[in-house]
Amino acid sequence: MTDYSRLAKNGLWTNNMVFAQLLALCPVMAVTGTATNGLGMGLATFFVLVGSNLVVSLIRHWVSQAVRIPVYIVIIATLVTLTDMLINAFAYELYKVLGLFIALIVVNCAILGRAEAFASKNTLWDTLVDSTMMGIGLTWALVMIGAFREILGSGTLFANADLLLGESFGFLEITLIPDYKGFLILLLPPGGFIAVGFLLVAKRWIDQRLSKDKKEPTESAGCSVEGHGA
Amino acid sequence: MSETSLQDRLGYQSLFLGVVVFVTCALLAFAYQMTREPIRLALENDLLNNFSQVLPAEIYDNNLLETKTDIQAPWGEFSWYQASLNDEVTGVVFPLTAYGYAGDIEMLIAVRSNGEISGVRVLVHRETPGLGDKIEVSRDPWITEFNGLSLQDPPPSDWGVKKDGGVFDQFTGATITPRAVVAAIKRGLEFFEAEKATFLTPVALSEE
Repeated sequence: MTDYSRLAKNGLWTNNMVFAQLLALCPVMAVTGTATNGLGMGLATFFVLVGSNLVVSLIRHWVSQAVRIPVYIVIIATLVTLTDMLINAFAYELYKVLGLFIALIVVNCAILGRAEAFASKNTLWDTLVDSTMMGIGLTWALVMIGAFREILGSGTLFANADLLLGESFGFLEITLIPDYKGFLILLLPPGGFIAVGFLLVAKRWIDQRLSKDKKEPTESAGCSVEGHGA
Repeated sequence: MSETSLQDRLGYQSLFLGVVVFVTCALLAFAYQMTREPIRLALENDLLNNFSQVLPAEIYDNNLLETKTDIQAPWGEFSWYQASLNDEVTGVVFPLTAYGYAGDIEMLIAVRSNGEISGVRVLVHRETPGLGDKIEVSRDPWITEFNGLSLQDPPPSDWGVKKDGGVFDQFTGATITPRAVVAAIKRGLEFFEAEKATFLTPVALSEE
């Protein structure tokens, strides 16, 4: 059990694709103008990540070292194309928003990295746990960045959520700041970098507080934050 | 022969890669067949939805998609659609491209048979959010100002933004975008006048 909780902690927090590995930044910057787009991109990547890693784990005994990279890439590219066609066919409104970026999942090195580093060496079950956690970690990171940019950039949260999740989720759409003039730079590409920067600081800060709680005197002398307990 | 030495042989490696590619291609071909029809329907629905925005429902009763015809314009070839009511041509719908601040702005325009604009909508653009994107009807009613206008009203010389001596409003902080849109609409109307004979002759429907 400890092994799985370690995998979960790794994927969700310690080794989070975006906030720790700093991978997958291309889709992160490109689509996270709103929380809904972040969620859509996160779910599409999640599907490709879990699917491709399961297949890689399934065939790991037959793949020879010399051709493993092309094999993994073919598998990932196939799943991305499938995702692309399915979203185009059955969620056309979402496709109009995400369409351009779905193809980018294939160059998302985090997926190939996970296939190479974990799935090719571990059992199907372990791979399922690992890739699910990594996928959820990526999705929440994208939603966080999207929410950060959307709240400060346009004063709403989960705008157009009904396009992604169906009419019944329309209640998610919140206008936080009515008559908000908008803060343009956060919606433009630089806003992606700014949002990721602030969220990285937040994560580092939480990490430091946590490690401080564990062992009283920490080595970081420069940190002078007054402790009130986490 | 152990498993590892088998995997080191060139023949095994190429065969394995071949099998993987074959299986994935078969999968993709199957998925393509399965999604082709839904994708076509989604695109058609999208187009019909756009038509209904520029053309009021009471001025046509035909299936616009059936009247799709290609025509050569000075700026390139495009497809146009003819609207008719009780077999009488009432208007045409065709796409327009404006050359905006950040690339092409794709638009759809509907012109009534008397040369008046029935409606214009911007479909795709990359203009600056918050400034140039007021050309979207969901953000600003500006684009509906064109409804009912024609080359006679206002006269061709007044087809421009106010900054250029025309009659149309520009946006605060964005002149290039509305200027491009106005120019494209004017270009579209002029093309309609020039090709009026073609546009207003009932299109022969191809029997399926």
